[in-house]
Amino acid sequence: MPLDLKGVSKQVGGETHIYPTDLTLEPGVFNILLGTTGAGKTTLMQLMAGLERPTAGEVWFGGVNVTGMPVQKRNVSMVHQQFINYPNMSVFENIASPLRVARMPKAEIKARVERMADLLKLTPLLGRRPSELSGGQQQRCAMARALVKDASLVLLDEPLANLDFKLREELRDELPRLFADRDCVVVYATTEPVEALLLGGNTATVFQGRVAQFGPTGEVYRRPGTLTSAQVFSEPPINTAPVTKDGATIRLGEHTDWTAPPPIQALPDGAYVFGIRPHHVTLAPDGTHPVAIDGMVLVTELSGSESVVHFRLGADDGAAPWVSQSHGIHAVPVGQVARLHMDVAQGLYFEPDGARIAA
Amino acid sequence: MAKITLAGVRHSYGSTRDDRADWALQHLDETWEDGGAYALLGPSGCGKTTLLNIVSGLLRPTEGRVLFDDRDVTDQPPDQRHIAQVFQFPVIYDTMTVHDNLAFPLRNRGVDETRVKARVREIADMLELTDMLGRRARGLTADGKQKISLGRGLVREDVNIVMFDEPLTVIDPHLKWQLRSKLKELHQRVGLTMVYVTHDQTEALTFAEQVMVMNEGQVVQIGTPVDLFECPQHTFVGHFIGSPGMNVLPCTLEGGKAVVEGHAIPIANPVTSAAGRLEIGVRPEFIDLADRGAETGVPVEILKVSDAGRYRVVHTCLNGFVIKALVSEGVEIPADGARLALAPEKTRLYADGWLVPDGGTP
Repeated sequence: MPLDLKGVSKQVGGETHIYPTDLTLEPGVFNILLGTTGAGKTTLMQLMAGLERPTAGEVWFGGVNVTGMPVQKRNVSMVHQQFINYPNMSVFENIASPLRVARMPKAEIKARVERMADLLKLTPLLGRRPSELSGGQQQRCAMARALVKDASLVLLDEPLANLDFKLREELRDELPRLFADRDCVVVYATTEPVEALLLGGNTATVFQGRVAQFGPTGEVYRRPGTLTSAQVFSEPPINTAPVTKDGATIRLGEHTDWTAPPPIQALPDGAYVFGIRPHHVTLAPDGTHPVAIDGMVLVTELSGSESVVHFRLGADDGAAPWVSQSHGIHAVPVGQVARLHMDVAQGLYFEPDGARIAA
Repeated sequence: MAKITLAGVRHSYGSTRDDRADWALQHLDETWEDGGAYALLGPSGCGKTTLLNIVSGLLRPTEGRVLFDDRDVTDQPPDQRHIAQVFQFPVIYDTMTVHDNLAFPLRNRGVDETRVKARVREIADMLELTDMLGRRARGLTADGKQKISLGRGLVREDVNIVMFDEPLTVIDPHLKWQLRSKLKELHQRVGLTMVYVTHDQTEALTFAEQVMVMNEGQVVQIGTPVDLFECPQHTFVGHFIGSPGMNVLPCTLEGGKAVVEGHAIPIANPVTSAAGRLEIGVRPEFIDLADRGAETGVPVEILKVSDAGRYRVVHTCLNGFVIKALVSEGVEIPADGARLALAPEKTRLYADGWLVPDGGTP
């Protein structure tokens, strides 16, 4: 049963938190809300859950208008970034609590709790209190409680944000599997583009109270509809620069130009915006259409396996620096001009108003 | 600024000290050079905060000495150690202006007001806070506040060391990029000894010249980011650094080759014999995928492919053991089965978790 937001908006005081939004979320697939803190992800979830009432518009679930129906009547589960467990109950009792509220028979409660504990690797810990668990185990306990009942809508609001890096990696692998055979709508909010990509499913890029784009995750990442959507879905940030189209030629600054792809060539001459993700700007030529570009190196970051160079294209005009991300370790001296290579075949072209031009 | 020496430092919080597990910090002999950039990297509970508190003087180690240059400071209280600390959550005064927040640590020490002004200006400049100096801190965003915290940590010139305890954990990813590179730039400019504590490998590897990887109260490996990536001394380091971490598979040793589930696999460390629980370790970056018809390589099933944008993580399975391989954007992945080629110069033998030294163990 799908969840439908039909023209849903939310105003608080004189301020608009969510602009009119239409969104259809299907069961059986991860629905990801991707955006920075304050973009409106949590508000959207509260509107979906019935914790907040929309100022305008309707919320439909499985073809039924549920606008205004309180959360208690909606069969919703929610997991927050700050995990919440009952401190005086064992892990078993914590997980069992929603089933006890629903007056499920004892034998079935036991079977369900054990199955969930097995999936979330909590079996050896069932007798412990939450205070005797690590942060990751506490969050798994909170997650098990949210998943043990057959909720028709499961909302996960940055559930991994407070966990150690490695634990996050592990749970991210496990999560989609937990929902594989369940008929519920799953919504997952995150601030991290890579997390959205690895979880797969569908992604909505959210920016300043608006859904910028919604579609299959890989599609939204590779074919952003707007510059805003591309910016929300890039980490490190996508590099952008104003360019001029002149016949078949694209010019970036005074010294860099290349031949535009045919669909771009067909456009009227003039000003456009070019965007390219950092891993397509490298220290050695890479890809099918490398174009050299010089930059003043501001910072270099060498991790164990790659080199990240922050650089400025021209004079310091207040524009955000560009970032290049290359395989291997290349020490580039700071404060000097370095030659970098853009694989322009991977570049994105935008109208001055931000709409992407298919190339 | 100072060189920091930890000599035979151990710490236990409890009264019983019979067991390994009673020691939050097992044993540490380490020197941080003057002006260096170091990271302490490990999971929650690995002992990194204990170590930080020992250096700052909040904890007195159960055993061992702490030296700043050649001065023994083991019994010195924190306020006499001249240390600056930046924490996970911004520590600032909401009612003060940005300028007064930055000036606070200097005024507190009775620094001359003309010097205060000059130094605040300099730090504000580096952190791009100059435009905000007159504003109250209250109205600033989370990252703006954390920038001020960083500035307060860096404003004093007479500190022995600046310690950062998970300073970017609460910051959004796209701002993390900016602040991280800012911090790196600042280290390059101010030349203070800096120690950065984190569980996030990316932050540790990009910030530090030397990374100390800790687990269960001990330092497992100290090295440059490249050392840690290319040649993990312990399977824990291989797992903890890299995303996804190193593949670790049980094996036996026959004729200088590792044998995994009946497949002979060449290894980089020349080893004739090894004792203990044997495993090979190879990073997903160093595995190539060929289709199942290839003549060589380890035959595997493909379980799942995760798209990470610039690469894909291919989860494969060999008789129940999961092996992950990274494949670049745009490279084709065989649909059903595949054969894996493990780069011999990057595949190593480990015994009881530790890298087997050349020649092997008796």
